[in-house]
This record gives sequence, C-alpha cells and structure tokens, in this order.
Amino acid sequence: MKTAVETQDLNLFYGDFQALKNINLRVKENSITALIGPSGCGKSTLLRTFNRMNDLIEGVRIEGRIVIEGENILAGGTDLVTLRKKVGMVFQRPNPFPLSIEENILFAPKIHKTAAKADHERIVEESLKSVLLWDNLKDKLGKNALNLTLEQQQRLCIARLLPVKPEILLMDEPCSALDPIATERIEELMRVLKEHYTILIVTHNMQQAARVSDDTGFMLLGELIEFASTGSIFTNPSDQRTNDYITGRFG
Amino acid sequence: MKHNPYRTEKIAFSLLFLATIVVLLPVILIIGIIVQKGWPAISWEFLTAMPEKGMREGGIFPAIVGTLFLVLGTLTFALPLGVMSAIFLVEYAKDNVLTRLVKLAIINLAGVPSVVYGLFGLGIFVMFLKFGASILAGSLTLAIMVLPIIITTTREALESVPQSFREVSLSLGVSKWQTIRYSVLPHALPGILTGIILAVSRAAGETAPILFTVAAFYLPKLPDSIFDQVMALPYHLYVISTQVPNVDPKVRYGTALVLLLIVLSMNFVAIVLRSKFRKKKKW
Repeated sequence: MKTAVETQDLNLFYGDFQALKNINLRVKENSITALIGPSGCGKSTLLRTFNRMNDLIEGVRIEGRIVIEGENILAGGTDLVTLRKKVGMVFQRPNPFPLSIEENILFAPKIHKTAAKADHERIVEESLKSVLLWDNLKDKLGKNALNLTLEQQQRLCIARLLPVKPEILLMDEPCSALDPIATERIEELMRVLKEHYTILIVTHNMQQAARVSDDTGFMLLGELIEFASTGSIFTNPSDQRTNDYITGRFG
Repeated sequence: MKHNPYRTEKIAFSLLFLATIVVLLPVILIIGIIVQKGWPAISWEFLTAMPEKGMREGGIFPAIVGTLFLVLGTLTFALPLGVMSAIFLVEYAKDNVLTRLVKLAIINLAGVPSVVYGLFGLGIFVMFLKFGASILAGSLTLAIMVLPIIITTTREALESVPQSFREVSLSLGVSKWQTIRYSVLPHALPGILTGIILAVSRAAGETAPILFTVAAFYLPKLPDSIFDQVMALPYHLYVISTQVPNVDPKVRYGTALVLLLIVLSMNFVAIVLRSKFRKKKKW
C-alpha cells in the first residue's frame, strides 16, 4: 500500500518543553490509523503537525520532516492554504458555524471560489450524502446548524470538509462529546469514508481504536512507543509499556 | 441593648435600597425638568429655522446640522482607523512590549480630559496644520477622542468570537485574512456597531473638544465646505445659557431637550442592539 504521510525524526518543542520526541511513522493510504495514549502524551500535538495547526501557538518549534506526497510540509516555503485543503481536520467538539446547514457546507467552496453557483445545490447534496445525513436533513437545509444533535453536528463538520476535496482527514477525538450509539454510527461512517480518504484519528478510547483502525500508534510522554497493525498491538504488543496501557494498568 | 440580627438585617436592607433609589433620582430629575420646560419650545419651526434676534428667537437648525456634520466627520476618520487597528491588535499582533505599549496608550487615551483634546486639536489641526477652526479640525479632534471607545468595543467584540471559528476556518484552507473577513467579522459586527453608536453619542454631546476647533458662536447659515465653521448643539446651549442675556428659558431647555434626545436615542439603539446580539448568540 502507498504511504500517505511519513514523519522522519520529528521533534516538537513548546518553548523549553519537548512535546514530541523523535517520531517516525508511516501512515498508509486509504486506511485508518489511530493514535492512542494517556492525556498529555502528545497525540493531539502530533496530529496537529500534519496540517500545521500548531503554527497558531506562539513559541512552538518543530524539527525533522513530515512528507506528504513527496513534499516536506515543514519546509520553509510550504503553502499552508494548499496543505490544509489537502489535509482536513475534525475537532473534538462539534463546531459548526452558527449559520444554516447549507451555509456551513458551502463556507469553504464559496471562499475558495471553487464552485459555480449552479453547483452549490449538488455540492450540499453530495456532501450530506457522504456523511449519511441527506435523508434526515434535506428538507431543513436552511435551519441553523446549532439546532442539530451533537452527532449530526459532528457529521456536518465532516461534511463541511468534503467540498474542499481533502485526501487526508485528521480527527481529534471526534466522538468524545458523543454518546455510545452516536459514537458507533460515526465509527461506521469512518469505515465508509476510508474508501476515499486516509484517516488519522486521535482517541482516548482504546476500544474505539481496536474497533475502527487498521494501524495503531501508542504514545507516552512525547514518544511513539510502538507503531504496528492494530491487531498485533492489541493482541501481541512488543513493548511492556504498551501492554500495561492496553490492559488498563495505567492511563 | 441586645444584638438583634433581624434589626440589623432590616437596617442594611433599607440603607442599600435607599442608595439605589438615590441613584435614580438625578436621572429622573434631569430628564423630567428638561422635558417639562423644554417641550413647549419644540416645534417644526424651532427645529428647522435659523436663529433670530441674537439667538433669542427662531430655531436651532444650523446647530443641529452642525452637530450631524461633526458626527459624520468624526466617524469618517475614527471608524476605519479604530476598527482596523483593533483587528490588528486582536488577530495579528504578537504579545510583545510594543503591543502592550499600544494597548496601554489606548487606555490612557480614554482617560484624557476632553478639554485637553480641545487644546490639542487647536494646536495641531487649527494652528499647525492650518485647517483653521473648521469642520475638518473639529471632526479630527473628536475622532481622536472617540478612538479608544471604538477600539475597545471592537476588540471586545472580536475577542468574544470563539477561537474555534478561527481554527475551523484555517483548517479548511482559508487564509488568515479571509478567516477574519468571513468567520470573525460577521459575528463581531453587532458588537462593533454598539461601539460605533456609543462613539457617536459621545461625539455629539461633547463641548470642550469643539470649543476651539470648530464651534461658531453665531453663524446663521449652513456650511459650504469642510473648512467652514459650524454651530453645534452643545456649544450653542452653552452660549445661550451663559453668554446671551435675556434668552427665554424655554429656548434653553428646548435646545437641551433636542441634544438629550439625540444622544439618548442613540444610546438606546446601542442597548437594544447589544441585547438582541446576546440573545442570538448560542455558542
């Protein structure tokens, strides 16, 4: 399988604090890769390096390379707008804009001017169909997105990404604000989406990683302790610390 | 006497309640007296005619027009400058010594007495830049005075827009300026509008800053250009109250009433806007 994202000797510092230590991993195309580990282990920080969202934090310093499609996205001249169109992000809390459902989906294409007015309807329909919301919402596209349930809001946030035509989806604990049933449905959606997208998910929930992902990385104190196929991580971890974490001895 | 908690409770309540009522009193008295004594003076003629007989009769039309011109001129300068610098401070400026200095300067600017603005305007705009006493000089002086109001309210409005809006927008490959333009400013607009209205009502009501920079004692005509002097309501009120003998008190109170109505109605609009905004906000 082709590699979608590769990190080489990645180090990240917040001021004097080293949040990521020498990370090397390869994410396969059209697969789901989960990053697990206790709070503060750096998994969200790692996720946010892939679309350079850490740039928003003052005093952050990154060393090493992250290669996406043959290009080092940490290089000086990297166009963040192009990068972020290619690498979309779903956040922990569902965060639709306080606009209508339709306006949420058309937000990016309108600004990027990538779609003619005539195509707007089709884009809204396709995006909502991709996240399995169309049948429920097709009659209330003008409704304020904040009136939806949290699960629907999170689906809408995923739908909002799709018109930008990303190749990689970063999901930062996308289900932590949802109940178990909604979580299951979002996981179902992720399996559908992986046909077309490479998905990287950060999760607190080990069962979720075990259920949904193809590969899993276990992180601890800024280090990537172990990175392997999900099956082998959960049944036959090679590192004692991974074993302790997945058996619930700490975390 | 024995200590009685019920009695002290009663005394405390009465004192606090009384203090609150006393706060109401001046507002009611000011508005009551001015409306009562000024209302008979209000007529179509009073609002639309030139003053006559040394301002003892006729209307206050040029003063109303002058005040409107000054407000417009003030906004022309203060609005773009204030809003743009607030956007820079909130969205772009890094937290360093210079930024902190600028923020401190803005706070201090708000604390400068208005007569100092008047003298500053006289020195800079009227004399040094040779605008003379004019709408231009007066508007610039008032603009500097209301800048802190506009900057502060705009900053608050921008800061009240959740950080997640910016993050989402940036993560969708939207540039920083587009993010500000499309996912921050629209949500901050009502707050900014409130600031603008407060600035307008301040500019309309102040006397000291226009005293040396624009206000005419008696000029019964409308201005031809921004280099003309105008009459303005607050200064006109001062003039007919202290400088002109034998003015019918009705005229004075009528003038005060017009000024009060203009300023209060603007404040009222600001309050309504703000409360509407708060109700609509769901994040």
